Amino acid sequence: MAEKVINRLSFKIGGEAGQGVESSGAGFAKALARGGLHIFAYQDYMSRIRGGHNFFQIRVAERPIYSHTDEIELLLALTAEAVARHLPELVPGGGIIADAELKLEEAPLADRGVKLFHLPLAKIALEEGGSRVMLNTAALGAAAGITNYKLEHLESVIEDNFKVKGPQIVKANLAVVRAAYEYAQQRYAADFGYELRELPGPRRLVLSGNTAICLGAVAAGCKFLAAYPMTPTTGILEWFAAHAGRLGLVFKQTEDEIAAITMAIGAAHMGLRAMCATSGGGFSLMVEALGLAGMTETPIVIVEGQRPGPSTGLPTKTEQGDLLFVLHASQGEFPRIVLTPGDAEEAFLAGAEAFNLAERYQCPVIILSDHFLGTSLRTVEPDRLDLEKVEIDRGELLTPEKLERLEDYKRFRFTETGISPRAVPGHPKAVYVATGDEHAEDGRITEDPALRRKMVEKRLRKLELARRELPPPVAFGPDPELEETELTFVAWGSTLGPLREAVERLNSQGRRAGLVHFRAVWPFPEGAAEILARARRLIAVEGNYTGQLAGLIRQETGIKVEGLISKYDGLPFSPGYILEKLGELEGVKSGA
Amino acid sequence: MLDLRLYQGREKPTWCPGCGDWGILAAVKNALAELEIPPHRALIVSGIGCGSKLPHYMRVNGFHGIHGRALPIATAAKLANHALTVLVVAGDGDSYGIGGNHLLHACRRNPDITHLVEDNRIYGLTKGQYSPTSEQGSLTVTSPEGSVELGFNPLAVAIAAGASFVARGYVGDLKHLTSLIVRGVQHKGYALIDILQPCVTFNRVNTYEFYNERVYRLEETDHDPHDRLAAFRRAFEWGERIPIGLFYEEERPTHEESFPALREGPLVERPLRPSLEEFEALKAELL
Repeated sequence: MAEKVINRLSFKIGGEAGQGVESSGAGFAKALARGGLHIFAYQDYMSRIRGGHNFFQIRVAERPIYSHTDEIELLLALTAEAVARHLPELVPGGGIIADAELKLEEAPLADRGVKLFHLPLAKIALEEGGSRVMLNTAALGAAAGITNYKLEHLESVIEDNFKVKGPQIVKANLAVVRAAYEYAQQRYAADFGYELRELPGPRRLVLSGNTAICLGAVAAGCKFLAAYPMTPTTGILEWFAAHAGRLGLVFKQTEDEIAAITMAIGAAHMGLRAMCATSGGGFSLMVEALGLAGMTETPIVIVEGQRPGPSTGLPTKTEQGDLLFVLHASQGEFPRIVLTPGDAEEAFLAGAEAFNLAERYQCPVIILSDHFLGTSLRTVEPDRLDLEKVEIDRGELLTPEKLERLEDYKRFRFTETGISPRAVPGHPKAVYVATGDEHAEDGRITEDPALRRKMVEKRLRKLELARRELPPPVAFGPDPELEETELTFVAWGSTLGPLREAVERLNSQGRRAGLVHFRAVWPFPEGAAEILARARRLIAVEGNYTGQLAGLIRQETGIKVEGLISKYDGLPFSPGYILEKLGELEGVKSGA
Repeated sequence: MLDLRLYQGREKPTWCPGCGDWGILAAVKNALAELEIPPHRALIVSGIGCGSKLPHYMRVNGFHGIHGRALPIATAAKLANHALTVLVVAGDGDSYGIGGNHLLHACRRNPDITHLVEDNRIYGLTKGQYSPTSEQGSLTVTSPEGSVELGFNPLAVAIAAGASFVARGYVGDLKHLTSLIVRGVQHKGYALIDILQPCVTFNRVNTYEFYNERVYRLEETDHDPHDRLAAFRRAFEWGERIPIGLFYEEERPTHEESFPALREGPLVERPLRPSLEEFEALKAELL
């Protein structure tokens, strides 16, 4: 047979909810990372606990990768439905690992040049492990065996993951994985054109956007999370719940999202770095209190993990439909900051910087994530999450010593920047009332038109400073100055990964393509207009129907984005999809 | 006893002459003075409504938030700095209508805060619409043919939901009200004090005369506040005679006590940054 493809593989585990698709997928991703390989993994599941169809997709490479691909080379099918759904994605020469019990028809597979690797997975699980539940473990063993991947990495992950369930369970799973590994390796490895080999080098983190935000927040001193469980940010709640005792944090699961944000406000008012996390539906409930934080100038951080709306929409899928919503939510006008990290590393930085921005500008900061960013996994170099590089800047927060020296403290004092020195309750010199009513410098309610005018101006003046301090969009590609670039994609948030790869592919095909990515969209960063003005042929790539960033760019800079590649079917962008749609756009153009 | 002048605010209240809010303001100041809690060691969180402006009319740390949300704000403020005394002051619409869900969960959680409900059985600030505690059949501008819903029974609901201190005060008996607030603040856990207060402008039924003829002090009966069923029976008593005083009290761990993070002192005083060792251990979980 032809020479084997080494360390370049995408594979999917597909099955029903309840079969452990996600947990085994994540375990395998970790096993690959332990072997020094780079991975990108994402999961797709239905909003149910049992049944339906879920899959977990892992892409492996020897260099950093930022996205999944549309094509797969290997499918671990735990159900017949998994084959029906994913067969079209399999490349010729690819393979399917499945239990003979599934009684798959071989003809359609053979037609596509796809090999079927039959294994008695259920039998191995039952005989070696004592339970059919370990079918997924058997499937992983088979995947490692067929690709000749070093078993010991998978064994070590199994040991770690099942440790809490006791030595018997560890032993049983290890027996299952070994048996399936040997079976698959001996019978099929020679037949399969792809191989996974460990690479020397330091170990890397397997990091999701959700976990990255948690680590960033904690590094920056966040001590308080209040939230109501909602996909796709539930992982943030679970992380805080799991670590609260050890790290001295408070995690509060609330009765609703209104309580979540108002608890964050109450904690932040007292001086804590406080956060809440939700999705668009929960954020809808938070809107009134968002305005309260704006009016009382309370620094809070809100993670909004988008999923397709409106209403319940597609509760376990991804979309970028809430950009303009979070920008405009609440009655009235007040400063807010919206961060749109593109990958797990940026999510870590956003998780930390959000608290500095919130306290520096004394306003709510929204980290706008989504299902794709929050739940997909990537290998990240450990030193990219550097505690010592996380700066803590509490802005104009008065210390007790400073307060001692003050004569007449006014919480909402008029200043040139609009930022008033902040004191938290507990000090005799700083007794004041914060109110959602319009107020004077000392906090008392006022309806005086002149005072109202000055107070609105004071608050909104803060945005001018923030606009200058926010990170400007970053240009990716071989020509970051965009001097020679003929085509520039513009994007925000999680489309970064698939776009980086699409741009790479275009440049390798001889095109001159670039990418401008916004990691913060509001206040519209100073410097963005200049970068965009340099770009020729701007095409927005957004996970929404209307091109929300494109509209915002027009509003803020007058620059018209020429084309839009959009997506609103619940699935994330892939490099292939972007290139296909680009082809359509350009086809239309040249055909005109 | 601290000097009452310590709590003297700069603003003149905008309440109607004779409004029950005046009495509640006096009782709050009296109680804090008696408990020797100076203004900077207390936080009063309020909602929206005539009575929720109370923190503006005295000298105290105040957070005058949005309608219905005083309880979660106060619950979190207490978690953030449990060394401070935290009170909630809000009306019946605020506490039992729009904020009703938070009431149920405050009862379950038992945060060490004292919740004073200015219960005038009417919406005053929006000029006279029926409220959750308006009796069925109440004639108001939004119920010209009589309100349809049964009046809400806050005491019975609170007892059922697990509140550890449930009381009713009356602004016409200021000394008694003050002593209830003192006991509420001293109580370790969530203390709900529903305060009967006339709205002299919009409620023509529940007037001072109405209450003066009917209220009696539970303390002057053989009521045992540790008897939950007896408390229930009293909570349903309304008509010729209306009980005021402590209906129910029990000791159980507070919300704050359930958080290990708070054991070493107020959370706001803890160092912000985790140690490098702690942080590297968090990363190691991902390897």
